[in-house]
Amino acid sequence: MRMHRRTLLALAVFTGLTAPSMALAADDTIKIGLLATFEGPFTVLGEDGERGAMTAVAEMNGTVAGKKVEIVKGSSDASPDSAVRAARKLVEQDGVKVLVGPLSGDEGIAVKDYAKTQPNVTFINGTSAAQDTTLRDPADNFFRFSTDGAQWMAGLGTYAFKDKGYKKVATVAEDYSFPYTQVFGFMAEFCKAGGHVPSKSWVPIGNKDFSSVIAAIPEGVDAIYVALGGADAVNFLTQYQQSGGTAPLIGGSITVDQTVLTSKGKLRDVLKGTPSAGPTADTNDSPAWKTFVEAYKKQPGAFPSPSLFAHGYYVDMKATLLGLDKVGGDVSDGGVKLRDALSKLSFDTPTGKVSLDKNRNAIADIFLTEVTEGADGNLMNKLVKVVPQVNQTLGIPEDEFMKLGAVNRDNPSCP
Amino acid sequence: MSLTIPADGAAPQKNWLEKLGSGHIILAVVLVLYPLVASDFFLTQIGGYSLIFGMLGLSLMMLAGYGGMVSLAQITVGGIAAYAIAILGNNNSNILGFGWPWWLAVPFAVLAAALASTLIGWISVRTEGIYTIMITLAIATATYYFAQQNYAIFNGHSGYAGIRAPAFWGVNWRDPRPFYYLCLGLAVLSYAAVLYGSRSTFGMTLQAIRDNPRRMRALGYHVTAHKVFAWLLAGVIAGFAGVLLVWFNGRVSPGTIGVDAAIDVLIIAVIGGLRHPIGPFLGAVVVVLMQTFAIDIVGAERFNTLIGMVFLVIVFVSPDGILGLWGRIKPQFAQESLRSGP
Repeated sequence: MRMHRRTLLALAVFTGLTAPSMALAADDTIKIGLLATFEGPFTVLGEDGERGAMTAVAEMNGTVAGKKVEIVKGSSDASPDSAVRAARKLVEQDGVKVLVGPLSGDEGIAVKDYAKTQPNVTFINGTSAAQDTTLRDPADNFFRFSTDGAQWMAGLGTYAFKDKGYKKVATVAEDYSFPYTQVFGFMAEFCKAGGHVPSKSWVPIGNKDFSSVIAAIPEGVDAIYVALGGADAVNFLTQYQQSGGTAPLIGGSITVDQTVLTSKGKLRDVLKGTPSAGPTADTNDSPAWKTFVEAYKKQPGAFPSPSLFAHGYYVDMKATLLGLDKVGGDVSDGGVKLRDALSKLSFDTPTGKVSLDKNRNAIADIFLTEVTEGADGNLMNKLVKVVPQVNQTLGIPEDEFMKLGAVNRDNPSCP
Repeated sequence: MSLTIPADGAAPQKNWLEKLGSGHIILAVVLVLYPLVASDFFLTQIGGYSLIFGMLGLSLMMLAGYGGMVSLAQITVGGIAAYAIAILGNNNSNILGFGWPWWLAVPFAVLAAALASTLIGWISVRTEGIYTIMITLAIATATYYFAQQNYAIFNGHSGYAGIRAPAFWGVNWRDPRPFYYLCLGLAVLSYAAVLYGSRSTFGMTLQAIRDNPRRMRALGYHVTAHKVFAWLLAGVIAGFAGVLLVWFNGRVSPGTIGVDAAIDVLIIAVIGGLRHPIGPFLGAVVVVLMQTFAIDIVGAERFNTLIGMVFLVIVFVSPDGILGLWGRIKPQFAQESLRSGP
């Protein structure tokens, strides 16, 4: 009898499992999946991404084409496996036909691979910025209205060489596809201008002790290019300063992002004056940007100025809603009309006009910035220059650009 | 820890149906018929995933429940098999990928996992209790960082993608229903093997060693050899789970074998219960359901708190996990049936 009773429990568990899933939304609502990192080292970044996405939804009053927008959230921990698992749950269980996300580089590549197995679902990137998500072997149903990490660097290499006069620069970056892309974007210009990069250090995500990295930076470099995110950037910069390092810094896009600039401590002095480039600039005084900042600040827990994650998720969610609006919210044809509308979509964002290339990757304005202290004491990125309408091949003809090879730890190289 | 199987050696000969037990038969029927009612998502993402993690939990349950050795390295062993499949078979990461057929790659992957498990066992059997946990945790963490920073073999943080379950015998095993049955088949085999093994001479000896190693040594048993052999067997089960895991995800990266995942396996085994091989499977179902749906219940900011609370409550109410919970409720049912008797 003993076994029998135990079986009843198992039975109860399994009948619970088989309850049919309510995958179909009601006619008057549109379900959109929102995939971001709500766990792990990039949680702060993911939460700000969510604020950006919700700003776009709020801007449309939560409706599109007369239908109510319903956001279903999925969480990853920045590992590709968890991103795919969360995407699968949103698509296969919650039945979303449109999914916005994910946040980080390798996640984007993994979700693009998954997108190929779900041709009836439309995937719109979050802020994932690895080059190969759209440049090599792209998926027909994966769109990126936020730009990639190499595009974000537009103008920085030339600026560092010509205006700042740095001839030799060492790089320190995290060891995965997005920082490879950033270093690639920086070096593409910097090496072409005549600069040299004698050493490149790749550190794992979540590294705590940077002493060996700092020791390995060669003597006599004019500056250090740092592409680290969140806690890693804070740890590296603090330790570099404590070890007596004095070389000026050049920042990767997320290194001088609000997610880092809002941290406290002596770090602030080190960061002041750091040149960088990215999809946003805090002191941008265009009315569209100011309106966006005000709208963003209404979200709970917002930073003094939106991070590039808030911006990226905002742009991608906005594009999604505009695309859905164009097709009257109709995705019953497996999203064919929606994808057609999205690939032709061109619209004005808080940071200028955005349109797509043939790989469904954005062409947009990039901002050259420098870190300064604002009137209220907060660090912010001062706008230095706008590089208009940067495309994915950084203005280089495509066949020539492809010859530069895929980004990785060793490519490019100019010692 | 007592045996779950009543030791009635003098019982009359039973036929095979009685030996199997009505519980197992009903459970088997339910599991086999489950695809008739479940959606594709519930088949693979809940059913298949639970069975895979159940197998990993089972390999831990076998070590901890019968051998008294709590290991945090079972996901590492599974991960070695997963990486072996990626390296020996096909992947689209342009690194290694020898293109072996599945029937050659799978045995090698499981063998590699079993050998790795034996090695881990060899290193850790000299320790007991918390020290075993520490050593296996150290091995799991070291393997994670090694995989994350080694580009020649493990392809670093990105790992391997584009790995697919094979198609053979005219069946495409990556489709939800065949994949579920594949997981179910291997899980049932592992379960039966552990159940059979626990009643075998070796299993009995292992449990005696768990209860009193000094006495067993005095009786002339080679305690270390028995323990290491248990690690080998656990490695085979974890290896098969690893093969299924890489086919399920279609990819493997350091995140697959991280410390989080290692602790997940321990949680699964503990909240399921370590007294009987069915425990880890119950635990896996609960954990997978929680991890998948908690975000729908309390939203994106608090769902990990809810998961933690549920686990806390289960372990608080019943130190023996869900199995123990049932053990506590059952006597009350029995009382009830007495009262309502004729």
